[in-house]
Amino acid sequence: MKMFTVAASAAILAWASAAEAQQTLTMWYHGAGNEVESKIINQIIADFNGSQSDWKVELQSFPQAAYNDSVVAGALAGNLPDILDVDGPVMPNWAWAGYMQPLKIDESKIADFLPGTKGIWNGQLYSIGLWDAAVALVTRQSYLDELGLRTPTLEQPWTKDEFMAALDAAKASGKFEYAFDPGMAWTGEWYPYAFSPFLQSFGGDIVDRSTYKTAEGALNGEAALAFGEWWQSLFKNGYAPATQDPADRDGGFAAGKYAFSWNGNWAALNTLKAFPDTVFLPAPDFGNGPKIGAASWQFGISASSKHPEGAAAFIEFALQDKYLAAFSDGIGLIPPTKTAAAMTEHYKPGGAMEVFFGLSAAQALVRPVTPGYVVQAKVFEKALADIASGADVAATLDAAVDEINADIEKNGGYGH
Amino acid sequence: MAMISADNRGLRLATRYAVLVLIALIFIFPLVFMVMSSLKPDQQLLQDSGSLRAFLPVGDISLSNYFAAFQRAPVGTFVFNSVLVTGVTVVLSLLVCSAAAFAFVFVGWKGRDVLLSILLATLILPFETIAIPLLMMVAHLPWLGMDGLTWGWLNSYRVQIVPFIADGLTVFLFVQYFKDLPGELIEAARVEGASWFQIYRRIVMPLSGPILATAAILKFLVMYNQYLWPLMVTQAEGYRPVMVGLQYFFQLNVAWGEVMAYLSLITVPVLAFYLYLQKAFIASIASTGVKG
Repeated sequence: MKMFTVAASAAILAWASAAEAQQTLTMWYHGAGNEVESKIINQIIADFNGSQSDWKVELQSFPQAAYNDSVVAGALAGNLPDILDVDGPVMPNWAWAGYMQPLKIDESKIADFLPGTKGIWNGQLYSIGLWDAAVALVTRQSYLDELGLRTPTLEQPWTKDEFMAALDAAKASGKFEYAFDPGMAWTGEWYPYAFSPFLQSFGGDIVDRSTYKTAEGALNGEAALAFGEWWQSLFKNGYAPATQDPADRDGGFAAGKYAFSWNGNWAALNTLKAFPDTVFLPAPDFGNGPKIGAASWQFGISASSKHPEGAAAFIEFALQDKYLAAFSDGIGLIPPTKTAAAMTEHYKPGGAMEVFFGLSAAQALVRPVTPGYVVQAKVFEKALADIASGADVAATLDAAVDEINADIEKNGGYGH
Repeated sequence: MAMISADNRGLRLATRYAVLVLIALIFIFPLVFMVMSSLKPDQQLLQDSGSLRAFLPVGDISLSNYFAAFQRAPVGTFVFNSVLVTGVTVVLSLLVCSAAAFAFVFVGWKGRDVLLSILLATLILPFETIAIPLLMMVAHLPWLGMDGLTWGWLNSYRVQIVPFIADGLTVFLFVQYFKDLPGELIEAARVEGASWFQIYRRIVMPLSGPILATAAILKFLVMYNQYLWPLMVTQAEGYRPVMVGLQYFFQLNVAWGEVMAYLSLITVPVLAFYLYLQKAFIASIASTGVKG
């Protein structure tokens, strides 16, 4: 009996000291409400917690729409977690504002990652993504055949003239309500993510990336004006609806209302279900090379974390191909490496969405890497919505430039 | 002649009822749309949305959206949190604000007019202007609880309740109502030797049913619809209220049927509370001219 008591006490003591030795790391994630995503992230955490005895990650999930505001409020209240996830283009702002610290992981492990998944600001890695997202021109092979159109490829995308000829052919066929669905129902980040690549393909940009200190010339130069006129013509000439309700965006293409839809890989599975002959075409080249947006959600470490080495250990652990593939299979996102892509159902060679991996590798351009982007994105969105509604192109872009420049000046150049 | 008059009266009555029914339908249509949509699969919901079918229980009707909503988010927790926070705030607010108004109207003390003016001036300040300073303050406030003295009120019920107990609008409503009560009653009670608290509890409050109902409903709606503040102060899921919970349903591909099911569920407490206090609320509007 005495032996048993001693053994039990020793076991309890050993368990207690092990539990004490395991340091808790808090983590915030934007996936609340998404069952599949939550399941995968919880699996990674369970695997990590079970794989070693130094660290124990505890997750707090937030709904995506409320996540950024929650992080900003948490930073103001001095209540940030150790690990957080951040939308790629927002990262420079959070790093500049002092919410995040550089991410010190073995960078050889991310050497093969798609460029859009690496959150680099001021020459330092702050965040890394377990996936990327890409946009394509979605249509059906049968539409291309009926309209007599060449199928564009990564090597030979449509030129602006070819793209407009395709819209003309779709419009003239009388088969569709509109030739093109750019996705006007999706406000917010969709505008700069999906539409600024058109501007960049024309040769303009949201801000001058050589200095990040002005938008003058980039957003109101000749290329930007040409883009603005083209953008307005889509709506003025009846190619696309200037306003759209979200339900129409979700189901319009599947209902046959549109010949072409500008949409992301996250919607591709549903489209394939509706039309097995769906094809995902590369972005047209408007003169300065075809472009699409890049950078999705990424993991990083908060500046207030007292255990950055533990947080980095978790992030490194999560970069395993099996987890990258699990996210891809679960929610349709693009795996960041070829090896992970090969393990997935949709992105493996010959998979239905393999083309997105190629698009992401070949055409992706990250949004302006500057803390001021969070303001510039909103200004850009408003300008494009106004132009779509018929506002004067030059005046609207000039006003947007003034607003962006005033913000940059007000914030002392955002550290550039 | 009498028959023509009777006919006219009947016609007027029929017209009046027709107009009232039309107005009632306009107000009730969004609710009917919400409940009917919550019973339909997404594809049918979207197809029906452009026709009268949107208001009818037709097609593939089921409760599957409700089950899915409970799977997607801890709906019960959110509703419980909102009802708890709202209920406690409403009760405490009625007590504190009515007592404050009582002191402003019936008790003579130096500076009460100035203080009342300052209190009313707070009505022009939108909450957003004080949200950040308030957040920074509550993040460092002390609290004595079961764990002893702790610092910071984040992730708690009290942080969602205490800042909203006292507010200028509710005090103002009570002040206006109390001013119309017969002063003779108060004077008689004072002559009889009643204390201020006895007058407040035994004379003024029993006469204040309509304004209590009005203030309760207005406060209930404000608290139940809280979004920004709980979003800022509740990082733990277990303390989140219904409006923050609504965001769980807005993923990249929105499941509209589940959204409608969730909205139907969270509307139930509001409707129940309103129906419970409806008579007193209407009586209050009729007597004070205050509109909700």
